[in-house]
Order: sequence, then structure tokens, then C-alpha cells
Amino acid sequence: MSDLYGYATLVPLPVVLPLFAAGLALALWRHSRAQRTISVVTLTLMLAAGVGLLVGADAGPVVVHIGGWDAPIGIDLVADRLSALMITVSSFVMLCVLLYSLAQGVADGDEQAPVAIYHPTYLVLAAGVSNAFLSGDLFNLYVGFEILLAASYVLLTLGGTGERIRAGSIYVVVALLSSVIFLVAIALVYAATGTVNLAQLATRLPEVDPTVQTVLQLLLLVAFGIKAAIFPLSAWLPDSYPTAPAPVTAVFAGLLTKVGVYAIIRTQTLLFPDGRLDDVLMWLALLTMVVGILGAVAQNDIKRLLSFTLISHIGYMIFGISLASEPGMSAAIFYVVHHITVQTTLFLVVGLIERRGGSTSLDLLGGLAKVAPGLAILFFIPAMNLAGIPPLSGFLGKVGLLEEGVAQGTPLTWALVVGSVLTSLLTLYAIVKAWNKAFWQTPPVELDTSVRLPRGMVGPASALVAFGLGLTLVAGPLYSYSERAAATLMDGVTYVDAVLPDGPEAWVDAPIAGGDG
Amino acid sequence: MIGYLTAAAPSPAVDGVVDMTPSLTLVLAIGVLFAAGVYLLLERSLTRVLLGFILISNGANLLFLVAGGRAGGAPVVGTTPDDQMSDPLVQAMALTAIVITLGLTAFVLAMAYRSWQLHGHDEVQDDVEDRRVARHAARNAPAFEDLDTQDGDETLDDEAAQVRDETDGNDGPDEPPGSGGTGRGHGTRDRGVER
Repeated sequence: MSDLYGYATLVPLPVVLPLFAAGLALALWRHSRAQRTISVVTLTLMLAAGVGLLVGADAGPVVVHIGGWDAPIGIDLVADRLSALMITVSSFVMLCVLLYSLAQGVADGDEQAPVAIYHPTYLVLAAGVSNAFLSGDLFNLYVGFEILLAASYVLLTLGGTGERIRAGSIYVVVALLSSVIFLVAIALVYAATGTVNLAQLATRLPEVDPTVQTVLQLLLLVAFGIKAAIFPLSAWLPDSYPTAPAPVTAVFAGLLTKVGVYAIIRTQTLLFPDGRLDDVLMWLALLTMVVGILGAVAQNDIKRLLSFTLISHIGYMIFGISLASEPGMSAAIFYVVHHITVQTTLFLVVGLIERRGGSTSLDLLGGLAKVAPGLAILFFIPAMNLAGIPPLSGFLGKVGLLEEGVAQGTPLTWALVVGSVLTSLLTLYAIVKAWNKAFWQTPPVELDTSVRLPRGMVGPASALVAFGLGLTLVAGPLYSYSERAAATLMDGVTYVDAVLPDGPEAWVDAPIAGGDG
Repeated sequence: MIGYLTAAAPSPAVDGVVDMTPSLTLVLAIGVLFAAGVYLLLERSLTRVLLGFILISNGANLLFLVAGGRAGGAPVVGTTPDDQMSDPLVQAMALTAIVITLGLTAFVLAMAYRSWQLHGHDEVQDDVEDRRVARHAARNAPAFEDLDTQDGDETLDDEAAQVRDETDGNDGPDEPPGSGGTGRGHGTRDRGVER
């Protein structure tokens, strides 16, 4: 805290800034222009802080002990490479989606959305996501989850139309359940170890009875698995996401599930590094990939189709995590970055398609390639990226995963390799089917050619498409950054040493202010 | 800084000072709360789901108290010797959880009310896929005879045809077999929004 100009100053900003801005935006609910300015400025600052952390964390985890209380007595925010990367990508994506939604006029009540509440809620969502990424404390992670979930409930049911309330009920009930499971897991972790500080847990959990460890790990996995939409726990997702406004769906699809994946990466590497449930994770990854993509193939609504590919591709990340090796983890991290970008882009572009063609149903769309060639390109690039066509970033991430799967060479990893290739092909099939129907088939109903896409909506969508392409260009540096991030995660010492520099139990003997020791 | 001070209780993993034997009453209470909560969560009415959520949350809060070890004196330095203090951290966490539960309860209540405004009931509705399957089943009903008829003359197909699909409007089955409206909970539908 002493060095005001160090990287440590940046760490709390992604959480504090949007929270303050949310309050301000709420206070200024009558002035929509002021609200817009506040949101854009805040997210830009968050992005800047994220980039700063990206540089700062490359030298080692940046730790902030909030309130000046050293860990494990106080709460800490920890920005290691993984957190910094996630903060940067998520801020950028959220900024693009915000600009898009400004143009769409969701914020201005065009879609029966209450004017005043959109911006504060969106900022609270940003704060929750950042808090989850930065948290160095299990309970603070729970608080981060609750912040982002509460905001997501509001955004999902924006306007309170019948369809959104229907989808919202399912989403909220499932999310509430997962929160309670997480809470129970925290209570049990505390009962077993007497701490909720992640770094301290990392040193204490290995001393706990292995059976108890497995129970704790399973509970946390179920809680995070619901949030990340891993196969048997994923049924809620395709029913709730598609009904929300396009930008909201985009940001949910891009970020919320990835927060769950991030939490799984963090707990798997830091708290349970001995790989007890890796086989289970591999099975789950395989089922998530295959079942998810079979669901996508059966859909004839683009939004639902994309929701199923979202579930399916979560399987790739779980695949990377379950390999429990540096190459596997780095591929998973790279894939998370790629997938956040691509999935968000696709949902934004589908918003454009809906605006241009008047529907997202593949039975009603058609001939868009002729009337809107630009839109066709905007859809085509991220779609091919999602399917993993070389040389796009989806291909690079998948190659990393496949290489490590083959290198480990057990029957299960081979099954995963085959499963992921199959999933990739089926993704291509599903997405090409969508492409053929929406862009090439003769339009079943005459399209209204007078609709012009607002430049403000096309701009951010194009920026994200370009960013997705850019991931290929900077794939070298980005992949090596992911590798370094994975190395920090897998060695298990860097994180603990950064948070507890005097050794894990040094604080016990230290005199506590006012206490008699 | 919400006050996660662990200053008082040295943690059990370190020196085993804290008596971790849980009180049987608390354990039983947690069990009952969770059982009743899970039962209610499986209901279709949002209000009941909410009650279930509240029960489970309270169970989780009690679990936190158990997790903190045996109750002791007030955790204020100077009034209670260190080794007789209660663990204040679990209480701080339970308090935070209570506040969060309160906020979410308010939200779910608002949502249930809105659902009642729109549909005249607050039941969680079937999702799109379920309704599609139900419509297919209803359309195929004449194609096969359902032998596992339950009480009365209502077949599984009849039940499927009656699956709630208000949001579908008119594109439901044209004439679902046995559309007598004998299904559970349908009485509420007609109460409607007559305000």
C-alpha cells in the first residue's frame, strides 16, 4: 500500500470503479446521457487498469491487502497472470457490448427496458466479474459471484415481459441453488481448515483427511459446474439466455460461464492440485462437448443454436483443466480468451441479423448474403473461428489441447481427443447449416430491405470480429503469456508466497494488535 | 473491509484448541431445514421455491455457526481470554450471507408477483424444448394407444397436451385430445389479470 504508483494501486480499481460508477449512474437516473458517459468512461478505465495489471502481473502476482490487514487476517485481492488476462479481456468485451447496446437503444427503452436501471446494473455486473477474478479469498469469491448473479437476474428479466419472466424464473432458481451449494461448501471448508483464504487453504487442505478433501472438492465443483454449465448441470442455459436482449445475452454468454471456468481453474490448481477428480472431469468434458453440440445440431433458432455451442465449447476448457499439466492448462487459458471473444461476437452479430432479417429462426431467415454482404462477413469470420478453422484462434487453442491429449496418451485422453475433433466437426456442421439457411436459402418471407443497421451497432461488432482475428496475429505472445500463467498456476508456490510472504503460518505467532498472543 | 477478522480464534488446523464437536441440536436443525428446503425447491410455484431457498439458506447459516466450533465468550479483546472466545469470522460470513439472501428474496418475490400479474399464477413454466416435445406427443397421440393409463381416463398424452404453454399463444396443438382441462393447477389460470 505504501507505493501509490506501483501496480498494486491498479488491483482494486476494476472492482471499486464500476461500483462507484454504478451508484453515480443510479443517482443520475434522469440523465441518460450522463449515465452513458459514466458507463463508457468507467469501462474504458477498467480496460486500462486491466492492461496495466497484465504488465504488472507478468513480474509476479500483485497482491493488495485490503484495509492494510495482512493476509490471512484481512481479505486480499490477487492479480496473477490469469486474473489480469481475464480482467483485460472481460473489460474489453464489456466495453464493446456496452457501445453496441447504446446504439441499439436497449438503454433508451426501445425494448420496453426501464431506462434508469440498465447502466447501474451493467456496471455492477462488471464489478462482480472483476471481483470474482481478483478474489484471493473463497468467501470474497462467493460475494463476487453474488454481485454478478444479482446483476444478471435484473438484466435477464429487463422489462419483465412474459417470455423473460419465464426464462428468468428458471435461471434464477438454478442460480440460487448453486449459490447455496457454494455457501455450504465454504462452511465445510472453514470447518475443516479454519480459513477461507485461498493461499492459506492451499497449505492447509493437504493436511485434511483425503475423503473430506474429496467431498469439499466435489461440492465446489458442483457449485462452479452449474455456473460454468458443465453437462449434467447445463440444462438451464439454452432456456434462459436466448430470451434476453442481444447485448445482454452476448455478455452473459461471453463472461458468466467463464467466471465459473475461472473458479474451477483456480480451485483445481491451487486447492486440489493432486488431481484426484481429473478422470471425472475428463468424462464431464467429453459429455459436455458431445451432448452440447448434438443439442446445437438439433436447433433451428440461431440464438438457441449458439447457446448449445456455448455449452459444448465449455467442454474444451474443462478438457484442458482435467489434463492437469502446464501445456493443457495453457491451452485451456488461451481457449477461454478465444471463446469469450468469439461467443460474444457471434451473439452480437445475431442481434444484427435479428434486426436486419426480423427473426432469429432459421425457418424465417434467408437471402441475407445478398442484401447484407457486410453482415455475412461479420457472421462468417467468428463462426469459422468457433468451429476451429485454421489459422483462426479457435484452431490454435484446439491444437494445443489435442497435442497435450495425445502426449498424455491414456485411453481417456484419446477418447477426449476424438471427442473434441468430432465436436469441432459438428460445430462446423451446425454453423454451416445456420449459414446456409440464414444467408443463402431463398427467403421464405420477403425481407424488409429498408432496414438500415445503425453504424453504432455494426462498429462494436466489427471491432470484436477484428479482435478475434487479432488473436491469431498475436497468438504467439498471447500463447506464451498463457503458458507463463499456467506455469504460475501449476507450481502452486508462487501464489502462496506472494500472498503470505512470511510463510503460511507465520501470522499465528505474530502479536496481534491489542492481544496478549 | 467487511471484517473477516480471525484475530480471536486460533484455527483448529494449527493447534487443535477449538472444540469442534458440533451441537446435536444444531445438526438436527440443519438437517430438517435442508430436507424441508429441498422439498420446497422441487415445487413449481415460485413462492414455494423461494420459501425452500430461504430454509436452505438458514440451514447454511447454521452450518456456518457449527463450522466455527463451540460457542464461547464475546470475541472482544480484553473482555474474554483468547481461548474462550467464539469465532467471530463465521458470524461475519453468516451475516453477509443473510444480507445477500434478503436481497435475492426481494428479487424473487418481485419476479413471482410479475409472473402472477402476467399469467395469474407464479408457477415456473415449462421450457421451450419441453413444450415442443409435448406438442409433438399431442400430435402423435392418435398414432398409438397409451396402455399405461393411470386413474381415470387420462393418458400420458393427455397430460402432455395439457402442459402449460401460455406463452405459445395460438400455435399450440389445434385440438389436443381430451382438452378437458383436468390437469393440476389449471384452475389458477383462469383467475387471470382482471385488474
